[in-house]
Amino acid sequence: MSVATEIELKVRAGLVVEHLGLENESHMHNVAPGSETHFRLVVVSPDFEGVILVRRHQRIYALLDEELKAGVHALALHTFTPEEWRARQGDAAASPKCLGGNGK
Amino acid sequence: MDVMQVIKEQIEGNPVILYMKGTPQFPQCGFSARAIEVMTTIGKPFAYVNILEAPEIRASLPQYGNWPTFPQLWINGELVGGSDIILEMQRSGDLAKMLETAAVEVPPAE
Repeated sequence: MSVATEIELKVRAGLVVEHLGLENESHMHNVAPGSETHFRLVVVSPDFEGVILVRRHQRIYALLDEELKAGVHALALHTFTPEEWRARQGDAAASPKCLGGNGK
Repeated sequence: MDVMQVIKEQIEGNPVILYMKGTPQFPQCGFSARAIEVMTTIGKPFAYVNILEAPEIRASLPQYGNWPTFPQLWINGELVGGSDIILEMQRSGDLAKMLETAAVEVPPAE
């Protein structure tokens, strides 16, 4: 199973998901073609109501602990409640350009 | 000194501290660069640690803060988050408020 599929399945298993968007952004980085190292994940969930951002992200990091230890190097996270998501009309910030990193 | 103790002293000894890849002048990762951009725009003093030159801290901080990636912004001893949160909190105005109320005396971390 691809890492992307693993990520999606685990997030869906751990949270009530109203919307999930996952992009493999590895091609934007200093890694081999076809890599699964850099992802951008948008999650809209009612589970985030009343939860501050740092705790929302920690919750997702906990679900994806295995992937992050196994080679997922960057995970851009955009977490919204359904209400926040509607207020932004589905607009989450894009990821920045790579600046070379250190070869990972 | 034990690395966890070093981290604790850095975080508790600096009201605002950013753990990043590279330096504010030469960030070496797009996410760290974005964090620096926001911090510079807000213009309040902050300490930083270049984790590319501090491999022990790089290895141990994720465990300390229950946060696996960099950059990490800590204000008044609490983890605020990474670059996505920093950007989001700039947008909402919350970050400027937090930095405003954090203590103004910021010694260098290294």
